[in-house]
Amino acid sequence: MKIGVYVCECGSNIASTVDVEDLVEQAKEFPYVEVSRVYKYVCSDPGQVLIKQDIEEKQLDRIVVAACSPRMHEPTFRAVLEDMGLNPYVLEIVNIREQVSWVHDDKSKGTAKAASLLKGAVLRASLMHPLERKKVGVTHNALVIGGGIAGIQASLDLADMGFDTTLVEKSATIGGKMSQLDKTFPTLDCSQCILSPKMVDVNRHPNIDLLALSEVVEVDGYVGNFKVKIKKNPSYVLADKCTLCDDCVPVCPVIEHDEYNQGFSPRRAIYIPYPQAVPASYLIDPNSCLGIDPLICSKCKDVCGPEAIDFDMKPEIIEKEVGAIIVATGYEPYPIENIGEYGYGTIPDVISGLDFERIVSASGPTDGTIRRPSDGKIPKTVVFVHCAGSRDPSKHLPYCSKVCCMYATKHALQYKHLVHDGTAINFFIDIRTAGKDYEEFYQRAAEEDQVIYIRGKVSEVFQDGDKILVKGADTLTGETVELHADLVVLATGLMPSAGTKEIASLLNLSVGMNGFIREAHPKLKPVDTAISGVFVAGTATGPKDIPDAVSSASGAASRAAGILAQDELEIEGTVAQVDEDLCRGCGLCAEACPYSAIEINAINKYGHALRVAFVNEALCKGCGSCAAACLNGAINQLGYTDSQILALIGALGEE
Amino acid sequence: MSTKKNTELEEFEPNIIGFLCSWCSYAGADLAGTSRIQYPPNVKIIKVMCSGRVNPMYIINAFQQGADGVLVSGCHPGDCHYTHGNYLARRRVATMKKLLEFLGIEPERVRMTWVSAAEGRKYADVVREVTEDIKKLGPMTKIRREKEW
Repeated sequence: MKIGVYVCECGSNIASTVDVEDLVEQAKEFPYVEVSRVYKYVCSDPGQVLIKQDIEEKQLDRIVVAACSPRMHEPTFRAVLEDMGLNPYVLEIVNIREQVSWVHDDKSKGTAKAASLLKGAVLRASLMHPLERKKVGVTHNALVIGGGIAGIQASLDLADMGFDTTLVEKSATIGGKMSQLDKTFPTLDCSQCILSPKMVDVNRHPNIDLLALSEVVEVDGYVGNFKVKIKKNPSYVLADKCTLCDDCVPVCPVIEHDEYNQGFSPRRAIYIPYPQAVPASYLIDPNSCLGIDPLICSKCKDVCGPEAIDFDMKPEIIEKEVGAIIVATGYEPYPIENIGEYGYGTIPDVISGLDFERIVSASGPTDGTIRRPSDGKIPKTVVFVHCAGSRDPSKHLPYCSKVCCMYATKHALQYKHLVHDGTAINFFIDIRTAGKDYEEFYQRAAEEDQVIYIRGKVSEVFQDGDKILVKGADTLTGETVELHADLVVLATGLMPSAGTKEIASLLNLSVGMNGFIREAHPKLKPVDTAISGVFVAGTATGPKDIPDAVSSASGAASRAAGILAQDELEIEGTVAQVDEDLCRGCGLCAEACPYSAIEINAINKYGHALRVAFVNEALCKGCGSCAAACLNGAINQLGYTDSQILALIGALGEE
Repeated sequence: MSTKKNTELEEFEPNIIGFLCSWCSYAGADLAGTSRIQYPPNVKIIKVMCSGRVNPMYIINAFQQGADGVLVSGCHPGDCHYTHGNYLARRRVATMKKLLEFLGIEPERVRMTWVSAAEGRKYADVVREVTEDIKKLGPMTKIRREKEW
């Protein structure tokens, strides 16, 4: 065995607080070390050539690099080994930058720690063995979860690239939150007008299978080979027979709040979410319909000419095999009733931003005239409260939702365009207009449309006669502000949707402190997740405006296509391995395995039937929990074997 | 007498082995580095894919091979990259502490923490605390064994 040790100076990043020359000299005394060198940037091309030359000339068969975190350059150096015909797993990286030189300014102590880590690495490397990367086939289909604008864009992109794509949407129509918006900032173009053509494209696309009213209930498998179970809930209306004639609606005796209009208008138990809904079909709300349970009404069925209504429709389970999954499960507005001092839910004329979208919309409950909910009067003074429930770590959302400044400005501007003699007042903490043409939009609202901006937080909101008393502070003048408004609109932030949380736990995706799905890397892998083959688009990772959601969706689609376009993929070699002679078939490993990758099978050994553990390497993700559970040491994690770790412990334990 | 003891304690630099999971705690330790947060050099890290990989035998072995303390750090509950490896680790460490107590070894020498990839500062704090705690306990001598090689 011949080990090559390479110590990186990383310019002065490592060399200034670690004595690299001393490390190199010490390493020469470690067992099996054939060559030990220092270089300014080992990751650079000349650095890589240095290793390659040594591998060739000195016949090295194990490589140890003491440099930055393996999270940075492990793939780089593995590629070097592969280029030279070595197995990529006979490499050990010692992290002497992030975990030594950058955190310890005492040079002698830092060097001692680095030397100890380096010795452990050399001992571990001497116990490493080449590992095999198995190859698995790829199913060339995709699954997109969530049919908002991000899910729509991702599905269209994948379908246009020629991949069969299943789009699963929980509610009755795709379109998501964007379908409820009236206009979009900063161009003020109509949201439905730019969204609905894309929705229609989804429905018409030969490569897209749209499953509305459906939920993903089970995901099995691994990158390239996921098996997905989707529960399709009944709509009780046969979409291919429904002609959208609307005859069923007037006869329905049930009145419900219309979710699309934020409850400001009524709908029946049989309804279409909104005229542009896709799939274009009526559906029955089983919670309020009197024809499904209890069975006492069939008025809609009686009048339906094409006999499209079927009360006996049952949920069905659809199974799909896909190679990649895109999660686009979106956001929910922060529940503003949580903020007692703003009176939402008790004062009828305190509404949320999304409520205002419906009230200002030409297709909304007031046909585009701005009327307040309590008495239907046109409000003459409207207060828009920015950061309602945002940037408040003690009680509410700690983070900035990025879009609220802009949509509150848009609302104020829309209001001024519709009520010319009205007064629009925005209370803000900071105005955040980071986006193309956003600052200009805000300037236009403040200067051309005379929207008033007051820098300060609203502290309390009271009903005062038929007016609303708004108390706040102007932090620029230092004075308290009290004014009477007819309508108060709370610009609420974005939080992860219930669906985002459910799908994250179903797919084992990690979530950040605020509940949004965590990217594989916040900057360089913003649409990847820690699970290979699973990507994330839109607001499932955090608040985004529409252009950001769309571009992240296109990014996720192209990352997914990178997998779907392959015929086979390599899987990691660091899987669990069973020593059949030591295994007693107790099953503790199978119990510890989070992926059901271990089965206990009976085998014939020396003429005896023996129960031993069997690892499905395609399912094994290499966590090693089984190896820690085994009482006999019969199951080991390749690449992190007991002997390697014990050797490391031995080296680190030495004074 | 007491003065002498104090000086002895001040001079003692504990040797602590930290088993950090690759996805959360190791990344958190990296973040402490990229954020240039200074902390004592007493904890030496062994990267494992998951805190669930930490065989309780490793903890005993660390003490036998010269460690004065052991740190096991994984993803926060509910955040494990491998769904529940951190719960397995928590159970194993809790059991191991009881066994250590039975052996007459201070269970405080083993510490389990949750550090996420976003918690560089927390990792530095954990290292500071663990180092201080083990310093107070003094060197581990009970089950140390002679090197075999």
